[in-house]
Amino acid sequence: MAESVTPDRRERALARRLRRRAAAERRFRWLTTLAVVGALGFLLVLVTSIVAQGWRGFTETRVAVPTDLAAAHLPVDPARLGGRGADLALAGAGLEGVVDRAADRLAPDLLSPGAWLRVRDAIKRDPSLLGRSAVLDLPAGDALDRAWKGDGTPAAEAVSRRLAPRLSTGLATGFLTGADATDATRAGIWAALKGSLLTMAVTLALAFPVGTLAALYLEEFAPRNRWTDLLEVSINNLAAVPSIIFGLLGLAIFIGAFGLPRSAPLVGGLTLALMTMPVIVIAARAAIRSVPGSVREAALGIGASPVRLVVHHVLPLALPGMLTGTVLGVARALGETAPLLLIGMRAFVAAPPRGFTDPATVLPVQIFLWSDQVSGGFVERTAAAIIVLLALLLAITGVAVTLRNRWEARR
Amino acid sequence: MSTLGLLFTVTALALIGWFIARARAAQFACSRRRPGASPAHHGWRVAAFTLLPPLLFLCVWATVSPALVTDRVLATPAAAALPPPGYDRATILAEARGLAAGERPGAFHPLSRTLAPAYAAAQLRTDWIAAATALLLGLIGGALAFVRVRADFAAHASVERLVRSTFLAASLLAILTTLGIALSLAWQGGRFFAIVSPTDFLFGTHWSPQAIDPRDPGASLGALPVFWGTVLIAVVIAMAVAIPVGLGAAIWLTQYARPATRRRVKPALELLAGVPTVVYGWFAALSVAPAVRSLGVALGIESASGESALAAGLVMGAMIVPFVSSVADDSLHAVPVALRDGSLALGATPSETIRQVLLPAALPGVVGGVLLGVSRAVGETVIVVMAASGVATLSANPFAPATAVTRQIVDLLTGEAVFDSPKTLAAFALGLVLFAITLALNVAALGIVRRHGQAHG
Repeated sequence: MAESVTPDRRERALARRLRRRAAAERRFRWLTTLAVVGALGFLLVLVTSIVAQGWRGFTETRVAVPTDLAAAHLPVDPARLGGRGADLALAGAGLEGVVDRAADRLAPDLLSPGAWLRVRDAIKRDPSLLGRSAVLDLPAGDALDRAWKGDGTPAAEAVSRRLAPRLSTGLATGFLTGADATDATRAGIWAALKGSLLTMAVTLALAFPVGTLAALYLEEFAPRNRWTDLLEVSINNLAAVPSIIFGLLGLAIFIGAFGLPRSAPLVGGLTLALMTMPVIVIAARAAIRSVPGSVREAALGIGASPVRLVVHHVLPLALPGMLTGTVLGVARALGETAPLLLIGMRAFVAAPPRGFTDPATVLPVQIFLWSDQVSGGFVERTAAAIIVLLALLLAITGVAVTLRNRWEARR
Repeated sequence: MSTLGLLFTVTALALIGWFIARARAAQFACSRRRPGASPAHHGWRVAAFTLLPPLLFLCVWATVSPALVTDRVLATPAAAALPPPGYDRATILAEARGLAAGERPGAFHPLSRTLAPAYAAAQLRTDWIAAATALLLGLIGGALAFVRVRADFAAHASVERLVRSTFLAASLLAILTTLGIALSLAWQGGRFFAIVSPTDFLFGTHWSPQAIDPRDPGASLGALPVFWGTVLIAVVIAMAVAIPVGLGAAIWLTQYARPATRRRVKPALELLAGVPTVVYGWFAALSVAPAVRSLGVALGIESASGESALAAGLVMGAMIVPFVSSVADDSLHAVPVALRDGSLALGATPSETIRQVLLPAALPGVVGGVLLGVSRAVGETVIVVMAASGVATLSANPFAPATAVTRQIVDLLTGEAVFDSPKTLAAFALGLVLFAITLALNVAALGIVRRHGQAHG
C-alpha cells in the first residue's frame, strides 16, 4: 500500500500530523498554565476576600453624644480620681447609667456596652469633665455600627440616617487591646494574642533546646545501629503525624495523667512543642550537615575532642540555620488550631491570661470561635483577626528568611 | 519556699560551686596538669553535679507530690465526712485545694472550708520536704564532685560524658513522644474495644454518638460512614483538585516558565502552604460552602447542603496543591537532563517529552508526594470542623453533607469532663485508626521517595 501513496498525499498527512502534534503541545502547555493561574487565582481570591471583609473590622462607628456630667452630680471625690480606686469610684457613682441616659435621648440602645468605659477613661485623663457638659465621641452599638457600614436592619438604617451628622468612623483601638466579648463592638484580640505569645514561649523554651540537642546527637554522636534507625524513623514520622493526634496525646498525658489544668497556655505549649520538635530536628540536622568538613577536620586534627568540636565549632556555625528552622517551626505552631481545640483552649475567655496556668485561648482558636457567630460585626472582626494572624506569620517568616539569606551571603 | 525560689537557690549553689572548683583547679593547673582537663572543666563538673540531682528530684517530686498531699489530707479526721469516691468527692477536694492556695475566694461545699487548712498544712509540709531534700541533694552532689577536683583527675572526660548523655536524652524524647502517642491511643482504644467489638466499630453503618444505647453501645457506634466521609472529602474530592493542579503547576514551573517568572511564582505558591488551616476553614465555611450550595440548587439538586463534602474537599485540595507541586517539582528536577535532551533531539515536542519521558521517570517521586498529600488531607481537622457536617451518612453525592474522622474526634471530645464513657473513648479509637492510616501512608511515601532518589543517584 505504501507505494500507492503519492508523495504529495504523504506530505499532506505529515503536515496534518505535525499540526496535530503542535496543537496537542499548545493544549498541554495551556493546561499547565491554567493550573498555575488557578492556584494563584485561588490565593488572590482568598486574600481579596479576607481584606475586603476584614479592613472594616479595624474601624468603629462613633456617635457624638452630648453628655452633661455636671447636671448628673456624680457623687465622686475628685481627689480619688488620680489614685488606683478611680475605676471603682466612677463605676460606683453610676457613670454607666448617666452615659446610657444621655445616649437614650438620641435613640434607644445606641451605644456599645463598653462605651461608658471610654467616658471613664476620659474623666481620668481630664477630671474637669465632671464639672461641665461636653460632646463625647463614643463607640456605637452593633446594630448602628452595621447600619453605618452599610448592611444593617431597616430600623437601624433609619436611625443611622437620622443621626448621620453625629456619626463618624474611627480606628477601633479596642479591637487590638480588648478581650473576647459577647458583643461584637467590644470584642478584641489582645487576650488571644497574649495567649498565643505565652503558648509560643512554652513551645520555644522546650522545642528549641531539645530539638537542637537531638539533632546534634543524631548527626555527631549516634552510632550506626538499629536504635539510631528507630530514632530516625520515629522523628521523621512524628513530623508527618496529623496535628490532632498530638491533641489527643496532650489530652491523655498532660491533662489525663499529669492532671495539669485545661485551657492553659502551659499545656498548649507542651503539646505544640512535641509537634514542633521533629520539624526543628530536621531543620537543625540540615544546618549541621552544611558545616564545612574542613572545619571539622581542622578541629579534630589539632586535638579537639568530639564534644569540644561540637560545642566550639559546629554549634556556632550551624546556629543561624537552626534558629531559622526553629522560627519557621514556631510559625507553623502559631497558626495551629486542631490540637488546642482538644485540650480545651476553646473556652470563652473574657480576660487576658495572667500566667501560664490561667485559662486562655490563642489567635487561631479565637478566629475559629468567632467564625461560628452569625452577627455581621463578628464576621468582619473574624476577617480582621485573620489579617492580624497572617501579618504576624508573614513578619516572622520574612525576618527568618531574610536573616538566613544575609547569613548565607556572608559565608 | 516557692519552686522558682528553690530553682534560683540551687542555680546559685551551682554557680558558687563552679567558681570555687575553678579557682581550686587553677591553683594546681600551671604545675602538673593532665592534658585536656582545664580548670573550667572542673568547674563545669561541680556545677553539673550540684544542679542535676535536685532538678531530677524536683521533676519526679512534681508528679508524685499532689497525690502525697491528698493522702495526708484524707488521713485527717475531718476527711471521714467525705462522700465516697466520685464526682462530689473530687469537686470538694478541688475546692479545698483552691481555697488553700488562695486561688478561689469562696467555696460551694461547707466541707471544703473545713478541709482547706489541712490542705494548706499538708502542702506546706510537702514543700518544705521538697526544698530540704533538693538542697541536700545539691550539696551532697557538689561535695562529692568537689572532692574529685585533683590534679590527676580527668575532669574533661567526665564532663564530655555528661554532655553526650544530655544530647542522647534529648533525642530519646522523640522516641518517648512516639511511644506516648502509640501507648495512649492503644490503651484508650483498648478500653473502647472492651466495650464495643472491633467489627461493630469498623463495619457498622450507623453512627449516632450523641444518643448511645447503654445496653448496646456498638449499635450506634458503627464508624463506616465516618471513614467514608473522610475518603470522599480528603481522598476523592481533594485529590481530584490537588493532583492535576499541583502536577500541572510543577510541570509549568520546571519546563515552561522562564527562570525569572519561576523565581516569582514559586514563593507565591509556597505561600499557600503557609496559610494557617483555620483561614482555609473560614474561607470554606463562609464563601465556598454557600457558593457550592447555590451551584447545587442551580443544577437542580434540591438536597444541596451548606455543609457539603464538595466545599470542604475543594478547599482542602487547594491547601494540598503546594505539597504535591513541590515534591513533583523536586522529582522532575531530579530526572537526568540527558533523558530530556535525548527525547527533544529525537524530535519529540516538549509535551511529548514530559508525558512520555519525564513523568514516567519522575513517577515514584510524584506518587510519594501525592501519598504525603493524602496523609495530610486525611489528618486535616479545622477545615472539616468548620465546613463539613457533624452527621455521618453513607452517600456518594458531593453536594450532600458529609463528615470526617477528625471532625468526629473534635465533636466527641468537646465539652466532656471525664474520659471513660464509650463516647469519649470512641474518639481515641478513631484517633488510633487515623494514626495507623497516616503512619502507613507516611512510611510508604518516604520509602518510595527515598528509593526513587537512590535510583537516579
